[in-house]
Amino acid sequence: MSAVDRPAPAQGPAPVHAIRERFGFLRRSYAMLIKEFIQLKRDRVSFAMIVMLPVMQLMLFGYAINTTPHHLPSAVLLQEDSDLARSILKALENTAYFRFLYEVHDVDDFDNLLKSGKVLFGVEIPRGFERAVRRGDKPALLVAADATDPVAASAAMGSLGMIVQTALKHDLYIGDPPEMPFEIRAHARYNPAASSSLNIVPGLVGTILTMTMLIFTALSVTREVERGTMESLLSMPIKPVEVMFGKIVPYVLVGFLQAFLIISIGVGLFGVPVLGNLFLLALLSTLFITTNLSIGYTISTVVQNQLQAMQMSMMFFLPSILLSGFMFPFAGMPTWAQYVGECLPLTHYLRIVRAIMLKGASMQNLRFDTLALAALMLLAMTIAVTRFRRTLD
Amino acid sequence: MNGGNGIAIDVKGLSKSFGGREVVHDLSMQVRRGSIYGFLGPNGSGKTTTIRILCGLLTPDSGEGTCLGYDIRRDSEKIKRQVGYMTQRFSLYQDLSVRENLEFVARLYGLADARGAAREMIRRLGLSGREEQLAGELSGGWKQRLALGACTLPNPQLLLLDEPTAGVDPKARRDFWNEIHALAAEGLTVLVSTHYMDEAERCHEIAYIAYGHLLARGTVEEVIAKSALTTYTVTGDDLNGLTSELTGKPGVDMVAPFGTSLHVSGRDVAALEASIAPWRQKSGLRWQQSSPSLEDVFIELMGRSKDNFQ
Repeated sequence: MSAVDRPAPAQGPAPVHAIRERFGFLRRSYAMLIKEFIQLKRDRVSFAMIVMLPVMQLMLFGYAINTTPHHLPSAVLLQEDSDLARSILKALENTAYFRFLYEVHDVDDFDNLLKSGKVLFGVEIPRGFERAVRRGDKPALLVAADATDPVAASAAMGSLGMIVQTALKHDLYIGDPPEMPFEIRAHARYNPAASSSLNIVPGLVGTILTMTMLIFTALSVTREVERGTMESLLSMPIKPVEVMFGKIVPYVLVGFLQAFLIISIGVGLFGVPVLGNLFLLALLSTLFITTNLSIGYTISTVVQNQLQAMQMSMMFFLPSILLSGFMFPFAGMPTWAQYVGECLPLTHYLRIVRAIMLKGASMQNLRFDTLALAALMLLAMTIAVTRFRRTLD
Repeated sequence: MNGGNGIAIDVKGLSKSFGGREVVHDLSMQVRRGSIYGFLGPNGSGKTTTIRILCGLLTPDSGEGTCLGYDIRRDSEKIKRQVGYMTQRFSLYQDLSVRENLEFVARLYGLADARGAAREMIRRLGLSGREEQLAGELSGGWKQRLALGACTLPNPQLLLLDEPTAGVDPKARRDFWNEIHALAAEGLTVLVSTHYMDEAERCHEIAYIAYGHLLARGTVEEVIAKSALTTYTVTGDDLNGLTSELTGKPGVDMVAPFGTSLHVSGRDVAALEASIAPWRQKSGLRWQQSSPSLEDVFIELMGRSKDNFQ
């Protein structure tokens, strides 16, 4: 654009516009809301994040959890080379759970393979195994699993006994014994407790919502300050609480869309049931979304720039994941950690979403967690409105 | 509406410090309604801070006053409704289109027909055909035009313009000033800060502020007269040499080159004439007593204030 195509300055008196005084609060919040929607629409990256983040996370987490892993790398510690030992290994491999990559004869080699993560399973056939079976001594067949990833190990572990028995049923050598001729002793190494996979998809709803909602609003005020638009916004007649509503409401819809997406995928692809009332789930999810948005907004009124906003969001997000019961069973945490957990919205939402989806809980059962979420939301909003600087002082 | 006494801005003793540094010191000023008031001074002199205090964006540490009849400390919400503030840096939303920006402002001020008001302003600004263009993609001149449009959209009574023409080409600057004069003719009061002397001369009244202190105010003629500066214009050969020789001589307060001539000024006429006497007879130099320009006055003021406050 050059100066050449610039038109002559405007002529004639400026028109005088009528001003409506009623419902000023709603009008100004609405002005802010429309503006935020347009900006969100223009911000392609954020828009992609809204849809892609939950889909990708669910696919990655969900499939890793729900698909029963096959052909897990395994090793065998063979301390005797007998026909029975060979039959058992063949039977294990036939289940398609195990794939024997290594055959070792030394205990240290065996341990190292497991420790280094080269194999997830190790089967140990002790010396004199076949003879002991024939004598009816019921010797132990040791199966060691790397349970640092309990989900990967648990399916294979659970089916071990039955599989081996079925496989050996038709083995002429053993015949059709009324009971197992040997004992399978399974050792889940490194992490003896395994978590249930059904827990994870509902948990992901809460985790994804926490992350995206926090970040969206945590940036909202600092972005205006950094781009210089805050100076003009502050010189206009809008109140802090109106700015807050205008900035939160669009993202409530965004969060609702995300929750819908995650739950649909969870139900459709991973067969997670929704036993409780869908309307109740939607209602309490909206409450949880608003709580997170308020906390994000509070962060943005406290920090100086967008980088700090991201850092502070992460500082809130990490304990949410670790202490809410998403990662570790809540009941198993030390008391102090449980107290911290009770202060995090995710803790309460996880209880709500798991209870509604998996146990069919009603509002009656969830009163405490609902109140806790509402209280956290009001607290965050109060801090945000009081922290919001009306001036540039 | 009170404050109908013909005074739009009336403040006394404003002071403001940031981190122990006093940016505005004991500043008092009065601006008549319907006038264009120029705010001049070097960078960092406290112009922006003063403007921000006037529109309620900053609270003064001390001092009091009224803006459009409203108390600047207590009634900042009321002041905001009546004041259009154009920031130094473009502060509309770059990722919103021209129309969306104007509609946003119109809605915030509660205009009954936000869309209509925005459409009317687009037409008035000559931005028809560009209404869907993102504000961030506009050129400097257009951005400034849009920003002025956004300020005037809610029919303010007072416009505060903070260096509105910085970085804008001369043609756009001239158009902008024509627009400001048109608005003032309709009764709008305009306070505008600037670095440009030609713009200062287009103001009804000016105030000169340096290092937080208001040093001079009045009409251009008054400011020049009050400076009591005697100025000689010298033309001829080797003016550079003359500059270094005259600088620092008693009575010579300022030696400044203006194109092919040199302005030599001082407040003490006798001392000045005594000092320049040896050069007045020198061949190749033509001396002529002239009235000081506004720029002479300001440069002299700036030099003097530096001595006092730095």
